[in-house]
Amino acid sequence: MLTFALRRILLAIPTLLFISLVIFLLLEASPGDPLGEVPLTVPPEVKERMREALGLGQAWYIRYVLWLKQFFWVEPLYWCDQIFGTSFSAGQQRIISFQSRSPVFDVIAQRLPQTLTVVGMSYLLGVLIAIPIGIISAYRQYSWFDQIGTFVSMVGFSLPTFFTGVVFIIIFGIKLQWFPSIYDTTLRVTDWDSFVMQVRQMVMPVTVLALYNAAQISRFMRASMLDNLRQDYVRTARAKGLSERTVVLKHVLRNSLIPVVTVIALGLPVVFGGALITEQVFKVNGIGQLLILAIHANDIPMVMTLTFIFAILIVSFTLIADLLYGVLDPRIRYD
Amino acid sequence: MTEPSDLLVEETASNAAAPGAEALPPANPVEAGAPARSQWRDVWRQFRSHRGAMVALVLFVSIILFVAIGPWLWTIDPTFVDYRARNQGFSMAHPLGTDQLGRDMLARMMTGGRVSIAVGLVAMSIALTLGSLIGVVSGYFKRLDAPLMRLTELFLALPLLPLLLLMVTLFREPLGQKLGPAGGTFLLIVSAIGVTSWMQTARIVRGDVLGLKEREFILAAKSIGTPAPRMILRHVLPNVISPIMVAATLGIATAIITESALSFLGLGFPPDFPTWGRLLFDAVDQMQQYPWRVILPGAFISLTVLSVNYIGDGLRDAMDPRIRGR
Repeated sequence: MLTFALRRILLAIPTLLFISLVIFLLLEASPGDPLGEVPLTVPPEVKERMREALGLGQAWYIRYVLWLKQFFWVEPLYWCDQIFGTSFSAGQQRIISFQSRSPVFDVIAQRLPQTLTVVGMSYLLGVLIAIPIGIISAYRQYSWFDQIGTFVSMVGFSLPTFFTGVVFIIIFGIKLQWFPSIYDTTLRVTDWDSFVMQVRQMVMPVTVLALYNAAQISRFMRASMLDNLRQDYVRTARAKGLSERTVVLKHVLRNSLIPVVTVIALGLPVVFGGALITEQVFKVNGIGQLLILAIHANDIPMVMTLTFIFAILIVSFTLIADLLYGVLDPRIRYD
Repeated sequence: MTEPSDLLVEETASNAAAPGAEALPPANPVEAGAPARSQWRDVWRQFRSHRGAMVALVLFVSIILFVAIGPWLWTIDPTFVDYRARNQGFSMAHPLGTDQLGRDMLARMMTGGRVSIAVGLVAMSIALTLGSLIGVVSGYFKRLDAPLMRLTELFLALPLLPLLLLMVTLFREPLGQKLGPAGGTFLLIVSAIGVTSWMQTARIVRGDVLGLKEREFILAAKSIGTPAPRMILRHVLPNVISPIMVAATLGIATAIITESALSFLGLGFPPDFPTWGRLLFDAVDQMQQYPWRVILPGAFISLTVLSVNYIGDGLRDAMDPRIRGR
């Protein structure tokens, strides 16, 4: 198990390096010019100097290695300085955004809490809805609950979030006026009233994402429960006189959760990607919106860093899912 | 297993030649004559017993007919600007109303659907061709297995939506200048979606091919000296056609959703070139006054995707009796 984990972690490093190279080269091959917005009246030699100032003067491989150094060496050193008050990173250049000329990670740190609360809450809520629905659906297969449940999860899984989000805004935001249709990110939670405001504005984006996640996870949960309910050990458990409750909620549920947990782990980075769209619908200024703005503005360091963070999320959650599977299911041997 | 699979090979050889072809069962299942039981007739019979899938099939075919034949019957030009008739509600002249420039929504919905479904079908064929090719090659040739599977894992680790956004924004204009705004965007979106969604198919196909390679009829074919290309085309591909077809239906659904999502983020087709996603995106600014203009294209996207997903479900059940009812 330990050697397997080590091997997988070692394998993740070249994967991530390769992905960063792909993203970098894609950005490099792009015809877009970060100085495209600069007016034509600016003389060429000034433009050249601006280019130098942005660090665009060197060959691409030098800039790539520089970016790697900044991402993996300078930034961690800087965080270390922030926490322990040391000065390792003194005089070293951090990754700077072309747009705002401030360090990319500072901007991301400002945006991250919004994304984390919305996405995190919705995923948690989705899982909490999905698991009981999956259990009941499978236990009472072909009952009306199951029929409705599978139909609703199929619908939820087929409706794109940008459509459900907009419909929610029309119904609950405009017609009924229950919830604000635009997420106010300047809101500070200081007292009970502002807390209620925060909850009210989170209801719609969280519900939209949670329904989508719940639809997917409940399908997995149901399939996994069905697989296990037909196993011999279930019959044995019933035969030795265990109560139905113990059989289903202890024996079957625990075994069925093994694949579902890995699916949940694998789905988390995808949800972060999907939040791109939900954030756009509800105007939440999280990292998804940041990425879209940066793409439009040709802000190469920002796009590069954000996309790479998404890649890190995917690779690490795949790793976590693989390891969890081995930890939870002792029958799995990684040798 | 040898004789039925021989027969099956004859039956499906034409299908196997184009794995990206229509994911629908054969069109004329009930023919007069001897009731020969072929695999496809069995699949169709099973498929018919899946009520949801049948409803979905009817729905999907009618959506296809609506967008394919509709523009011939409803001859208003979708780009015709009638400034006096803008923002109209439902009426006889404009059954689905008009938009803020007075363009007929019904006509726009039809042409938009054409583009959306075309994107879905073409992107799915690209993904499927790539996926089946990589899956079959890596399952069949042992030496290529490890490198190709590493490649698949690499692609699976890519953050797809951000990369798609990047590809479309970065290359939309140069391609548009070369091939015209509509053609360039179409090519770009279709290939971007295709190149980023073949991995699941490749993995499933590889797994099936690995299992298939151990079977006797493959051994028999090998022992009479069948060369590898013919082996793959005649014996391997026809036997992995069912997972490929299921992947095809799911591929159409995801491709349509991805295209609409890109359009929704303002990174899809140019404005005078409607797709369902683009129509939805254009209507969002005025959803307070004209909610129908948002709901209609969204409903079309959702219905298409829902029906395609149900067809995929029914097809999977029909082709693999072991997983029926899951």
